[in-house]
Amino acid sequence: MSSSTPTRAESTRDAPSKRPAQLRVLLGYAAGVGKTFRMLEEAQQLKRQGKDTVVGYFEPHGRKDTIAKAAGLEMIPTKTINYRGVDFQEMDTDAILRRRPAICVVDELAHTNVPGSERAKRWEDVQVLLDSGIDVITNMNIQHLESLNDHIFNITGVRVRETVPDWFVKSASEVVMVDATTGALLNRLKRGDIYAPEKAQQAMENFFKESTLAALRELALRQTAHELEIREIAEMPEPAEGFSPASPRPEKAVRDRILIYVTADPSTAMLIRRGRRMADYLGADCFAVCVSPHDGRRHLATQDIEAIQKHLNFARNLHIEGRTLEGDDPAESKRYSRDYRGGAPPAVSTGDLSASADRRRSRLFYFDSQSVMKLSGSAPRPSMFIQALARRVYTGAGAKGPGVMPAVAS
Amino acid sequence: MATDSPHRPTPDQLLAEVELEEIRKRRGRLKVFLGYASGVGKSFQMLDEARRRRERGEDVVVCALQPEYPPEVRAILQKLEIIPMLKMGGAEAIDVAAVIRRHPQVAVIDGLAYDNPPGSPNAHRWQDVEQLLDAGISVMASLNLQYLEKLQEEVERITGKRASCTIPRGFLDRSSDEIVVVDAPAIDSLSRGIAAADSATRLAEGHKLSRLRELALLVAASVIDRQLESYLRSHGMDWSWGVQERILVCVTPKSSTAQMLESGRRNADRFQGEFYVIYVQQPALSQHDRTVLEQNLDYARQLGAQVEILTGLDAAEAILKFAREKGITQIFIGHSMPQGAWRRLWSNLIERIIRFAEGIDVVVYPHPR
Repeated sequence: MSSSTPTRAESTRDAPSKRPAQLRVLLGYAAGVGKTFRMLEEAQQLKRQGKDTVVGYFEPHGRKDTIAKAAGLEMIPTKTINYRGVDFQEMDTDAILRRRPAICVVDELAHTNVPGSERAKRWEDVQVLLDSGIDVITNMNIQHLESLNDHIFNITGVRVRETVPDWFVKSASEVVMVDATTGALLNRLKRGDIYAPEKAQQAMENFFKESTLAALRELALRQTAHELEIREIAEMPEPAEGFSPASPRPEKAVRDRILIYVTADPSTAMLIRRGRRMADYLGADCFAVCVSPHDGRRHLATQDIEAIQKHLNFARNLHIEGRTLEGDDPAESKRYSRDYRGGAPPAVSTGDLSASADRRRSRLFYFDSQSVMKLSGSAPRPSMFIQALARRVYTGAGAKGPGVMPAVAS
Repeated sequence: MATDSPHRPTPDQLLAEVELEEIRKRRGRLKVFLGYASGVGKSFQMLDEARRRRERGEDVVVCALQPEYPPEVRAILQKLEIIPMLKMGGAEAIDVAAVIRRHPQVAVIDGLAYDNPPGSPNAHRWQDVEQLLDAGISVMASLNLQYLEKLQEEVERITGKRASCTIPRGFLDRSSDEIVVVDAPAIDSLSRGIAAADSATRLAEGHKLSRLRELALLVAASVIDRQLESYLRSHGMDWSWGVQERILVCVTPKSSTAQMLESGRRNADRFQGEFYVIYVQQPALSQHDRTVLEQNLDYARQLGAQVEILTGLDAAEAILKFAREKGITQIFIGHSMPQGAWRRLWSNLIERIIRFAEGIDVVVYPHPR
């Protein structure tokens, strides 16, 4: 699988006659900014325009204004799934497919389905709807974006467990910011419009601090601007024309390469997220490489092998291609890019990674700070540079709770 | 941690903030609904908020309207109190005197960037708004991005047009308490049918709108960034998380740094981030070194970097201290140094930076030999 996902806009261009299903993601920065309200408002508008619009899933949260907004819209009944004696309501994807509307609105994209559901994540259900040609309007908060997981942890002290992979958001035809001022949001919270009083108090101590909200809001605005920019670039017929040097844009033709060194160390998850994000912003291709000892001199412990596998899976879920190399030390992964000749893995041509006389094309290597120390003896070749994300697993120091293992999808 | 923070405000700073806060309390608050074009839904969002506020018991009055509205907005207006505008020779102006007499908690102004008709006390509507704010009335106002003076050049580059009436630089920076972005797709793909004839002009228009849209989002982000920074400073908190990417390139006299500077510039552009270049002073530079260094720093300035020269016996410490103060997220540093003792010192420096730059990407940049 390619390490870069074509945007929906890109795939449209090739087949102008058949319009692929459109995905619109309404992006907010906290509960209560008005994502659901806006989503229902759009559904009402589309219905007024005569579009066959249904509500696939909607979480009223007991908010009056929101419930009123849903009046008159067709709701697809949810499906009851019993898990350990408790009934859970989940979106009934099959029922929506049978109903075949033109447009379906789906609340809370980042939701994790209860065990026993057909698919683990709601975004996977949305994918099924899109594949069958149904347009979807959905919503999520910035803190649910996988590549920002560590960042969000630093800002909020909370490890968000429900995430959506970046490539899925990237595949949306539109990402729209649902904005509200932090002041307005805090007022809503105090009035009890967002959560019940005891939950509101708890929320104020975590996400709902003014500085935290401001930081999240800024992140969401920047992310939306970025999403817009990558779609613009994808639609641009040829690079750079009409752009002044004062605001240069990434050129389409030249793609940087980013290589992430995967170890059993928990900080690898952070390297992967950071590498993914860097790749998305720089318009680069991204690879994850681990080195396994080839002559049995040093055997990896079973749990290390499992951890490495987990990290490679995690990378794959973020659409980063993983490779296992034989060798003993991290310098091997560097050699990979330099010396790999013949029998190149299908998607990674040797030329891609090594030949780089083109000075505009740079290659970035993400190592944890431990591994990079082992490398420092071997001076890197010209036009190759190493990026060491000196990032440890955060414990204590400003963050709440114990040192948390980065959430890794298995 | 906070006690020795470099951001700990001085007493003077604190005093200035307190005085500013006093002025803010007497003044009304301004909330601007910023949209990137007309028709994105600014009026709807603002007037709907006005309605909700009124239903909660706030004293909200509308004092400037657009000439025409779609049905869903007209329905909202019926629930709001309106102070009619003054008609002067075919043009309209806010009846400032009437609004001040009525003295509501909140005055709603749909369309901030208008010039008043000749003969009005104020030439521009934004001056009316200042007057209302000074009178202690809060204002909600809608604004189209292209009327912001400070964005004129960029908007002109995108649209080829220059707006006639503008909101001056500093108006939003000075008194805008809040800014909300009203965002919507440039071309609505959902209400559009299958392959609805995307003519070239329509697509070009879409691209222009997308760029304006991006500009609006980034303007709001930078306003929030400034507010966040001053909030953290006034609360004596550490600026420890870079929401915005900030790129720092460390230059030396000997290295050929052009490529590293260009690469740093490119990263800053792609992340819409900030770009710093520093040089840590070293003892006894030769004439040749000094010339090369000056060339490097000149080039950095040409690329729009914020250039600073640091002093300090320990270069690694100086670099890291600077990085933490500015909230740097990526450090670029050249790898190779001349032979001999310097070389060992330099590798040692890089190692220390990597080890202690927690949370910062360190890019070790090779130099061609």
